[in-house]
Amino acid sequence: MTIPVSAADWIVINTELILVGTAMIVLLLDAFNRRISDRISPWITLVGVVGGLVSLGFLWGQEYTGFAGMLVIDSFSVLVKMAILFGTGLAVLLSVDYLRREELAQGEYYGLLLLSTVGMLLLTSSANLIMIFLSLEMLSIALYVLTGYARMRPRSQEAGMKYFLLGSFSAAILVYGVALIYGALGTVDLAGVAEALTAPGILSNPVLLAGAGLVLVGLGFKVAAVPFQMWTPDVYEGAPSPVTAFMSVSTKAAAFAALTRVLVFAFSDLSGVWMAVIWAIAALTMIFGNLVAIAQNNIKRMLAYSSIAHAGYILVAVASANQLGIQSIPFYLIAYTFMNIGAWAVVTVITRKGEEGVGLSDYTGLFWRNPLLAVSMGLFMFSLAGIPPTAGFTAKIYLFMAAVNANLIGLLIVAVVTTIISAYFYLRVTVIMFMHRPSEVSAVHVPIAAYVAIIIAVVATLWLFLFPNSTQAFTEAVWRMGL
Amino acid sequence: MPPLSWYLYVSAALFALGLFGMMTRRNSIAMLMSIELMLNAANINLVAFSAYLRGHTMVGQMFALFVIALAAAEAAIGLAIVINIYRTVKHIDADEINLMKW
Amino acid sequence: MIAELVIFIILGIVAVSSAFAVILSKNPVYAVLFLVINFFALAMLYLVLSAQFVAFIQILVYAGAIMVLFLFVVMLLNLTGAIESLQDKLPAQRWLAPALGMVLLVEIAVVFLSGFFAQVPEASELPEGFGTSAPVGMLLFSRYVLPFEVTSAVLLIAMVGSIVLAKRRP
Repeated sequence: MTIPVSAADWIVINTELILVGTAMIVLLLDAFNRRISDRISPWITLVGVVGGLVSLGFLWGQEYTGFAGMLVIDSFSVLVKMAILFGTGLAVLLSVDYLRREELAQGEYYGLLLLSTVGMLLLTSSANLIMIFLSLEMLSIALYVLTGYARMRPRSQEAGMKYFLLGSFSAAILVYGVALIYGALGTVDLAGVAEALTAPGILSNPVLLAGAGLVLVGLGFKVAAVPFQMWTPDVYEGAPSPVTAFMSVSTKAAAFAALTRVLVFAFSDLSGVWMAVIWAIAALTMIFGNLVAIAQNNIKRMLAYSSIAHAGYILVAVASANQLGIQSIPFYLIAYTFMNIGAWAVVTVITRKGEEGVGLSDYTGLFWRNPLLAVSMGLFMFSLAGIPPTAGFTAKIYLFMAAVNANLIGLLIVAVVTTIISAYFYLRVTVIMFMHRPSEVSAVHVPIAAYVAIIIAVVATLWLFLFPNSTQAFTEAVWRMGL
Repeated sequence: MPPLSWYLYVSAALFALGLFGMMTRRNSIAMLMSIELMLNAANINLVAFSAYLRGHTMVGQMFALFVIALAAAEAAIGLAIVINIYRTVKHIDADEINLMKW
Repeated sequence: MIAELVIFIILGIVAVSSAFAVILSKNPVYAVLFLVINFFALAMLYLVLSAQFVAFIQILVYAGAIMVLFLFVVMLLNLTGAIESLQDKLPAQRWLAPALGMVLLVEIAVVFLSGFFAQVPEASELPEGFGTSAPVGMLLFSRYVLPFEVTSAVLLIAMVGSIVLAKRRP
């Protein structure tokens, strides 16, 4: 018997195949020669990630459906995949010296990082609830291990445990929801779901509504939306910093891609119901994330709440569910990838062995210790707060315009007010870095790889502000394939 | 054959029990078992729908197989995490591992 | 088909009561064993639903591999004596959780009672060989080849991951 895999199928998964192949090389190399692997596995990983980006370049502007409709390649998924791969690549640059500093094994780390990335890429393309569940589990299971990767450090262990328990819990809820949707509609294919929803009377079916609600809860855990955010601060604080950097951007990107695909493309006929729910979740997430972030004195926890808040902003785009909204999601995700990984890169560099030195006080007078680091951190804080001249500003403008177009004035007001509130705690970091000159100045040692990551993030953050048009062609294509 | 809804009752009961266990038990192995109950509840639904829905496709059964495989992977990781933590702190109550606020 | 109904009722009672026992037993070894009983009851239910392959996988993988792993860990860590029961430190949660669970159960019951599934035709004529290993295998290697491969990758992650986490400390 031959396995029927067509040419289109291979094209659809070529990015994933490149990364899986890289992961195999890294894992096998580690098994055969640990010394060589410790030295070169990060660079092999980077080559794989760049290869993945190149393959995405070839896919740009094309549309493919593979594996009987289970995976789709369109502009939306290609852009989100780019965001994910940027996140992975920058996280690798941060990890090289971090792993050495913390005396952690290298080989398995990159293998798991790559396989988790593959799960995210698959999730971005998934157009079938089975594939959504499987790829969500793929990325999560690898992340559970990475979160607890510093296995001698109790906080990392605890973070791994909490992430695992709540992650599996949310996965179980998601599966139950999918089962109910399957029962109500007789299909798990997103295209089939969209078609089945056009049948008369189906929209008030309680089984369907219960199923869709449970799926929303399951995905809500992954994007860390309120009220499913309780794991986020602990996990982000306890996990190794580069892992946190990776999961705060790439997981979010993949989960939002899936959420958008499920809600806007498959369940669009049900939008009367989910719109109100997303509205409320978005508002709560923005308010909660920004308000609690103010009270944080630990930079990792502050960034964790900031990441919750940003999930709320992206949910505004999902709620508006119009052309601009769908376009602004990939743009926001890419901008967020650079600014947030940039901020985490600085945090990774500042922290000392054993994840010490994560208080805001450790940033006092950073400008006098390392001006470049302080200026970059200031830029990332500006960007996260949505202040020009940064990518964060442009991304927020797109979002607000989408909300205006969709007539979500109430939500827009919440978004604007919380953005203003958020400026307080982002700018506080900047003030601490620049205003207080420390009595004794000790230089900060920055590894070269981390410098490269920070500089890439700075350039991208500025570039997306100065030339948003360079991505406009991309985001417009997203809409053409969209609805 | 018994009506479809009977299967759904059994499944709903298991799901609710799993949820209940997840919220009340603080022992991570017990929580892991509650998660297994919830996954199995979903599996009953999937297999029952597969047999009862019009068209008799085996989609539900296939999905159930994948869920079982992933449950195995999850359990392996979960138990590895438990063993690792146990080596450090010698107990595995989720509430007592509380360096960070829950 | 009275016999089938009787079998279903017995299996359903076994499944639900063993699930209760899993949640309530203080000794984790008992909890694991009750879970095994639960999984066996579910496997029998799958047989009634003419899902033979799933039923055997349920016994082999779930009741066999996964639960043995659980039992192994429980015994290895010698958790039998020192484990708490339902008592916990958050009194609010203690009352909230059963309430939430009940609300959910009632909600699901209402959903199922709403009569939607009355319209679904009962399994009258299942196709020949429905749920046996041959069609399952054909589907796994044709339509579901991608999920199948992804599952293999997930198992690889689980293998690497559990070795990383649980291997002997330096």
